[in-house]
Parts: sequence; structure tokens; C-alpha cells
Amino acid sequence: MFHSLTTPGRFHAFTGRLLPWLSWPAALLIAAGLVTGLYFAPPDYQQGDTVRIMYVHVPSAWVSLFGYVFMAGAGLTALVWHVKVAEAVSIAAAPVGAWFTAVTLATGSLWGRPMWGTWWEWDPRLTSELVLLFLYLGVIALYNAVPDRRKAARAAAILMLVGVVNVPIVHFSVEWWSSLHQGPSVSKLDAPSIHVSMLVPLLLMALGTTLAFVAVTLERARAHLVESEMGKRWVKELVRGTDS
Amino acid sequence: MTEWLHMGGYAVYVWSSYGIFLAVLAVNVLGARRAHRSAKRAARRRLERNGI
Repeated sequence: MFHSLTTPGRFHAFTGRLLPWLSWPAALLIAAGLVTGLYFAPPDYQQGDTVRIMYVHVPSAWVSLFGYVFMAGAGLTALVWHVKVAEAVSIAAAPVGAWFTAVTLATGSLWGRPMWGTWWEWDPRLTSELVLLFLYLGVIALYNAVPDRRKAARAAAILMLVGVVNVPIVHFSVEWWSSLHQGPSVSKLDAPSIHVSMLVPLLLMALGTTLAFVAVTLERARAHLVESEMGKRWVKELVRGTDS
Repeated sequence: MTEWLHMGGYAVYVWSSYGIFLAVLAVNVLGARRAHRSAKRAARRRLERNGI
């Protein structure tokens, strides 16, 4: 089954059937997360209602990191095994990951202003996340700058792989250096040090946002494949009206 | 209800954050669908132009 998925036509058809199983659960999980986070979850004894920003900020941050690894993994697959589908997925993931990185920074700012008294600090966590955004944008710019698609994708994949070192830096920054930003409460080698009333909306939003990232990336990858394979038979059959 | 919207005085920060998050989500979902649709449209146009 997996071998045939690397064929663009079969990938397009398969993901077309898969997508509703990603997007509907994503929508429901996010809806449930919004309701529990905005209404049922308690305010924090120190941070008051600003703690609710966590339910959009942290999932976006996790997705910004997961998205980068996802993108780089697909890029590596394309680079090493010359899999066109992986190339499409890696290029498709870049703008989506960039958006979530931007949301992480913006919501982090909106949380930092009332809590830390500042919109921004050149703090290890904040700075490395900003670098992550630059890496995403760099991948997009590089891909668009090279006229030959194959070469463009190869160059972009190399940049993706070079930048992957930043992902553990972002994660461990709060442990390796003194940072304004709080340390890990969930993704560490221990039981989560967060109350269940806050953990539930956080996990709902995290899972929902991740599924949304994957769904959006796959749809973009499908678009990319249709575009780059325009002369092929599977695309002709597609637009003649069989597939979706 | 107004107390809930007030978010303990932090309304502008909380609602801006959620607004940004949901807006970006919408932009991505709609954008991806649009990209796919226009790719298929372009392919169809090319097919009609070149025959077959």
C-alpha cells in the first residue's frame, strides 16, 4: 500500500478520501477546545484569564515545531529517494508552518505584554522561535527563487535540513539558558505538571490544530501535484471528472 | 456574559489571540482549497486547449 502512495495519482486519490477523516475531527476537537478553554477552564490564580491564551499559543507553538520536522522529513525523503510526492508535501508544508509560527509569536506577544510587561524580549525561546519563522520564510523564498522546479525543491530541502537543528534549540532553550519564558510543563520526561482542567482544553486544541495542519498541508500538496503533473494522464482523468 | 467577555480586564489580549488564531486557520483552510481548485481549473483549461 505504501509503495503505491508515492505515485502522484494514487496519492491524490487516497488523500482525497482521507481528508474528511482529518478535517472533521480537527474541527470538532478545536470547537471542543475553544469551549472548554474559553468557558469551562478556570482562570489562573496568578495570570487570571490571560492563561486562556495558552490554549491557542501552545498548540500553535507545538505545530510550528512539529510542522518543521514534518516538512524536513518530507524534504529529506524527496532529496534522498527522489519521491515526487514527498517533494510536494515538503513544499506544501512550508507556508502552513510559517503561519503557525507567526501565530505563536503574535499570541505570545499578546500574552507577554500583560504578564511580563513587554511585547518582546531577545530571550532564547522567543529568539529561536523567530529564527524558526525566518527558516520557514527562507525555504519559501528559496523555492520561489530557483526557476527549475526540481533544483528549487532540492535547494529548499537542504535549507530545511540545515534548519532542523533549531527545533531542539527552541525546545530546550528554556532549560539550557535563563529565560523569561516558562519551562516545559507537558512535553518532558515526567507527569504533566498542569491541572487536568487546563490540560484537557490544551490537548484538545493541540490535537485539533495538528490534524488541521496535516489536512491543510495535504490539500496544498494535492494542488502542487496537479500543477506540476499537468500533462500526465492521471490529471487529465481527474479534470475530466472522476476524482475530486 | 459581559463578565466573560471582559476576561478579567484582559479582553483585548485574549480575544485578539483567539481572533488571530481562528483567522489564520480560516486563511489556511480556504487558501488550500482555493489552490487546489485553481490548479484543477488550469489543468482543465490546458486540456481543452490541447484537445484529447
